[in-house]
This record gives sequence, structure tokens and C-alpha cells, in this order.
Amino acid sequence: MIYLDHNATTPLDPRVLEAMMPYFKDNWGNPSSPYRFANRAKTAVEKARQRIAECAECKPEEIVFTSSGTESDNLAVRGAAYTLRSRGNHIVTTSIEHHAVLNTCKALEAEGFRATYLPVNSTGAVDIREVEESLIPETILVSVMHANNETGTIQPIKEIADLAKQRGILFHTDAVQSTGKIPQPLCKLGADLISFSGHKFYGPKGTAALYVRENTQLAPVITGGLQERGFRAGTDNVAGIVGLAHALSLAMESSDKEYTRLRELRNHLESRVCTVISGVKINGAEAPRIPNTTNLSFDSVDGESIVLGLDLHGICISTGSACSTGEPEPSHVLLAMGLSPKEAQGSIRISLGKVTQEKDIDATIHALSKTVNRLRAISSV
Amino acid sequence: MEIPSNHRNEEQPEYSGPILFYNNDVIDHFTNPRNIGELLQNETDGYGLVGDPDCGDQMKLWISIRAGKIAKIAFKSYGCPGAIATSSMLTDLAKDKTIEEAKRITDDDVVEALGGIPERKKHCSLLGVLALQAAIKDWETRFRLQEKKTRDLPRP
Repeated sequence: MIYLDHNATTPLDPRVLEAMMPYFKDNWGNPSSPYRFANRAKTAVEKARQRIAECAECKPEEIVFTSSGTESDNLAVRGAAYTLRSRGNHIVTTSIEHHAVLNTCKALEAEGFRATYLPVNSTGAVDIREVEESLIPETILVSVMHANNETGTIQPIKEIADLAKQRGILFHTDAVQSTGKIPQPLCKLGADLISFSGHKFYGPKGTAALYVRENTQLAPVITGGLQERGFRAGTDNVAGIVGLAHALSLAMESSDKEYTRLRELRNHLESRVCTVISGVKINGAEAPRIPNTTNLSFDSVDGESIVLGLDLHGICISTGSACSTGEPEPSHVLLAMGLSPKEAQGSIRISLGKVTQEKDIDATIHALSKTVNRLRAISSV
Repeated sequence: MEIPSNHRNEEQPEYSGPILFYNNDVIDHFTNPRNIGELLQNETDGYGLVGDPDCGDQMKLWISIRAGKIAKIAFKSYGCPGAIATSSMLTDLAKDKTIEEAKRITDDDVVEALGGIPERKKHCSLLGVLALQAAIKDWETRFRLQEKKTRDLPRP
């Protein structure tokens, strides 16, 4: 099997699993319990928090553990909206966000909030001037993702953070897809709230966190006990938290080297695809991107058919589009970039990871070319 | 780095991927579509074009009628695996059928013949049925025109 869908998830690093095991087997106490046995679990959680804070260059108490990138996004967007309701009801986001943010904003609209979904240019990037023009006195939150999951396009987060700071508006960024892939501490992004998720960087699924700048109020989405200083109730996922921290520090240790290696492999892939196969378009190629991601549109073929064709060759990739509700719906990200529905329908996403070697890329190009040629031969378009 | 155990090489790739969930018959019709291609113009008695690439799928279908039966059938499809496989199965079902029998083929017949298809892909199976009906309608129009021409021919 050749796995090239690392933006969907990554394999658990064996070193991370090893670090987690003692908290499944021996130190299974509840960190909130009052006796010494449970202290070991509590210490592990606090050490993990400390370790993440060092990687992110923030204070340990600014890290809130959650169960997923989606939960982190919900806590950031809903939590901010509910807390700041008395100050205003307007949220600024983009049309290319992950559904965790998009559908949360839509749900908030149904509750009386207003949301602006900023457009992007043909490379998939938002224009900082459009962000500025969208801000009104009622704006309480700006939420713009760092790197897009489908195209890898990186947004001008630092500029948006500076702008939001000047205006005194809270700024959230969903950094789920970029964390561990860019050799830069998370807090250098300058956002007040930053979501990231363990399984995107070889950590366990079900582990994620939200960076919450100190003195920021957020209404909890999950209510109950006082874990995570009231930001997020529920017994801590001790082993998961240990794994999240270990995975993040391993990812940051190797991020310099991996960044260059993956970028070169990705560029090799793109140049080979364009040489071997006709009628290909690279979506977002002109924008700064995370190094492991490419999004390709092929004339006259459907992306899902390419995905299945490659699956039959033992190669895992995904479509840029998700067929969710019966009718095939082309990717909202690609449509927002100005692609026609047909171009969006014919797109695939290939995302590389640390096990990817050049021979995997070459085998993928070979299978891709066979699959696309076969589908074009039977295509009515 | 060491390859984790969940990255082991599998000689037989799993046919049911996490997104697609098609059974082996569907995969077979996707991989080896039956009656694929086009009929020559002089053997085409009916032609149907349905769907819209901008809406996800499209199908072209050609039929050749001999003695009231579909003697030859051919198609080309653009779309997801479900669209390609159901189109292929439809042509298999329609081949050698009389016009009346062919008209009665439904999308449910196609799905049943394939042994089922994911719920969200059910709409795909309508594509072939509509293309066949369009091709038959085209044949009927041509047939009537031909009949009319024959009728209107000056008698010797």
C-alpha cells in the first residue's frame, strides 16, 4: 500500500504509542482524584501541557485539551461568540474554512449572529484588504484558517492577526492542517485562539488542543466539571494528551528537514504529473502552500473515479470534493477559487508524509496516468 | 523511520475503501465496463445523451435495432464509479431485449442486478435508464420519419 492521504490522517508514530502505553496500563488514575496514585496521571497531563507550551512558545496554562480539531474550532468560535454576545453579533470568516468552522458559523447565524464569508482569489488566498473592509463595530471574532486542508494554501495569518489586534477583535485560526508541517512555533502566528489536532502529525486520534491567549474568556461548549480550568469539562484523556505532546515535539524536531524534503517530493510529483499526463491543472500552485499537499484537476474525468482507480492499485488518495448528501457536491474550496463545477469534480488531493519516498511518487504517477487514460477513453466528455 | 505496522504491504488491496463502499460487482463493472464505446453512424438506430458534466455525470448511449430487438448497444460515461458501473450494467440488461422489454427497465433493476449500491449513489442508476429511454425515443422518431418517407414515396 502507498498511503498519500496524510491530510486526512497520519499513522501513529511507534515512539508516540510507546510513550502513551504506561497511561493505559499502569497509571490509569483520574487526574482529578485526590490521592497520590492519581497524581502520576495529573503530573503526566501537566508535563504534556508544559511540553506543548515549549513547542508553541506560549504559557502552559494557555493550552486547553480537547477531543478533536472540530471540538477546538467549536470551542473557539462558539465560545467567543457566546462570551462576546453583549459586544456585538458579527463574525468574519472565509468561504474555504473547514466545515468545523463553516457549519458552526452557520449554526450561529441561525441563533441570530451574522457572519461574513470572505471570498478567496484564484490561488485560494484571502485578501487582507477584504478582511479589513469586512470589519464593522459589531465584529467580535475573525476566524481564518492557517493552511487549507484541500489545497494546502497558506493564509496571511500574521497580517490578519495584526489587523485584528489593532481593532481589538479576537482572532482565531484553525491550524489543524499546518501544525507540525511548518518549522515555526504556533504562537508566532499571532492569533488569540489556535486549533490543532494530534492525528495530523503522527499522534493519536481523539486528541487535540486549543491555544487560548491568557485573559481570554470563552464560554465552554462541553459543560460539567472544572477540568481545563472550566474551558472544557470531562475526564482528561491522559494517554492521548501524553501522545499529543510527544507527537508535537517529535514533529517540531524534524520539521525543518521534513519541510524541505516534502516540498521537493511534492514539486517532483507535480512536474512529473504535468509531463506524463495532459489536461492537468495544479490548484493553488502560485500561493504559498504547506509542503506536503497538492490538488490536481484533470480534464474529462471524475475525481472519485480516479480515487477508486488508484485504490485498485493499492494507492490511497482522496478527492478535493466530498460527496456528502446524495447529489455530488463539488468542493466548496475549489469553487470559491473560481473553478467550474466540472473542474472541481475532476480534482484529487495528494498529501505526502514522512514515510513517503520518491519511489512511491513514481509508482503513483504510473498508476495515475494509467487510470486517467483509461477513464478518458470511456468518458463521454 | 521505521514503518509502523499499519503500513504493511497488502498484496490484495482492499476493494471497499473508506469513502466508496462499493461491492465487487460494482467494482468489476467500473474496471471492465461492458459494451463500452460508440456505434458507427450507419449502424446507429437510436442515440441518447443525458446528464450534465457540470452536475456530476453524463452518458451517451447508442443502440442498433434488428427485428425489434436491441442487437447492439454501446455507451460512454463521465462520472463517479457509481455512474460508470450502473451505466455498464444497464447496457448489459438492455442487450437483446425487445423495445418493449427495454422500456420497462428501471433504475431499481440496475441496482438489483449489481447487488446493491450505496444509498447516496442510487441517483446514478437513473442516468443509464434515462439514456436508454432517450435512445429508444430517438429510434422511434427516426422510424416514424422513415415510415412517413416510405409512405410518401411516389408509387410507380
